[in-house]
Amino acid sequence: MIHFDNVSKQYPGGYEALRQVCFRLPKGKMGYLTGHSGAGKSTLLKLIALIERPSRGQIILDGVNLSHISNRQVPYVRRNIGIIFQNHHLLYDRPVFDNVAMPLVIQGYRHKEIQSRVRAALDQVGLLKKEKSDPITLSGGEQQRVGIARAIVHKPALLLADEPTGNLDPELSLEIMQLFARFNQVGTSVLIASHDIDLIQQIGAKALSLKDGRILHDEISPDEAISGAA
Amino acid sequence: MRKGPQYNTLLTAYFIHHARVLLGSLGHLTRHPLSTSMTMAVIAIALTLPAGLYLALNNISGLSAGWDSSTKISLFLHANVSEKKAQTLLNRLQLHNEIDSISLISKEQGLAQFKQLSGFGDALQFLEGNPLPIVLVVQPIIDTNRPDRINQLLKELEGDKLVELAQLDMQWVKRLYALLEIAHRVIWAIGSLLGLAVLLIVGNTIRLDIQNRRSEIEVSKLIGASNAFIRRPFLYTGFWYGFSGGLLAWLLTTLSLYMLAEPIEKLALLYNSDFQLSGLSLGDTSSLIIISCGLGLLGSWLAVGRHLDEIEPT
Repeated sequence: MIHFDNVSKQYPGGYEALRQVCFRLPKGKMGYLTGHSGAGKSTLLKLIALIERPSRGQIILDGVNLSHISNRQVPYVRRNIGIIFQNHHLLYDRPVFDNVAMPLVIQGYRHKEIQSRVRAALDQVGLLKKEKSDPITLSGGEQQRVGIARAIVHKPALLLADEPTGNLDPELSLEIMQLFARFNQVGTSVLIASHDIDLIQQIGAKALSLKDGRILHDEISPDEAISGAA
Repeated sequence: MRKGPQYNTLLTAYFIHHARVLLGSLGHLTRHPLSTSMTMAVIAIALTLPAGLYLALNNISGLSAGWDSSTKISLFLHANVSEKKAQTLLNRLQLHNEIDSISLISKEQGLAQFKQLSGFGDALQFLEGNPLPIVLVVQPIIDTNRPDRINQLLKELEGDKLVELAQLDMQWVKRLYALLEIAHRVIWAIGSLLGLAVLLIVGNTIRLDIQNRRSEIEVSKLIGASNAFIRRPFLYTGFWYGFSGGLLAWLLTTLSLYMLAEPIEKLALLYNSDFQLSGLSLGDTSSLIIISCGLGLLGSWLAVGRHLDEIEPT
């Protein structure tokens, strides 16, 4: 699903966020990305979502070389990805339903289809009763789940999550992670960036570890869902 | 990989989406009634001015259109010329082969007319005598091929010892036409400037709108909205500004016209004219609305093109 080939990212000003990163996330698998803040996790996710472009190297997403994607084509690549942010990125001027419906509206779904799909997505995150609520009235965990519902409502092939549990207590965090695992079970590829190593160990998943923009070798095993190579 | 609607419904979906955005942007505007109505009013005022001037010019042109065919020479006789002498002059001139017809306005008739039409009726009672001269109104035979003939006739008539002043009405008609031509261009200039102002007003309003909806734009871009999709509501907002501004401008123009109609009819009566004030025709109205919509769209298009690319998710 995702293939990083010697990818480096240097920001203007010389800061090197990623150095020669190589890894592969097979289709339908779930991978974790760990490391301290500033290790390059967010940058890596941004490269996949085409929010940033790599300075060197190539990224293949679902068989498509992202360096061949023009700015005009970026939206169509993003429609195959569901992105979840630490700060939710919800719009507070509209109810939960409208927030979740956004990807479907953008892709021109019909009204009836939007209704059934949004309700299904809200049901999956356990917020079916909150569809008319304003996001601001929801708790942090609920807001995050609205963000997740919005990311999965159009059934993307890949889910990206950047610190999805960043602001949540451990119990809620575990719940969210289990939610991701459920999506993965129905065939969605998932890549989660999190600094919460304890949580990942608790789940018992293997992770790709980033430090100073490099992948740490000792934690990589080629048989695991996620594999890296220098 | 695209799991969108079926292909055969794509076109319908497209139109439904456009209709939805059209109404959605209208809804967005009505949720901010104060700022919307202020923008609308500014656009309307900016458009009412040239529309009103155009209307005024149109009316004046229409008013004067019939005049060059009815060019008349007014002969103001010396004050001491008696009615009898004037009548003799009239009879003499009637034989002139370049004069079509001629009529006499006696001192009394002149005074009566003046009393009735000038509004100084009461004040005129205090005059000792009648200060008005006898006037002969001469209708010359117009030969459009030889415009200098009428000037010759004018000089000839002015040469008569009974005549104090011979006035050719066509001269001021000609001057009026020259003035109208200038006014026409002034209106064009004012209209263009105010059109530019509308463009800037809409552009600036849309720019502020884009800034206010920054997070919405960012999120939309993140979840795969194309630039066209993001642009659309702003373009429709611009369209609504233009449309409503144009409509309001039409209303203001028509209202001003209505308010002016009565005094102008009175004025027309003073000139013995059955002049009717003409309003904006159907064609004028639709041009006004179309121009206004176009300016709204163009203004928002410029603003969107300039500011939408600046907003990228980070």
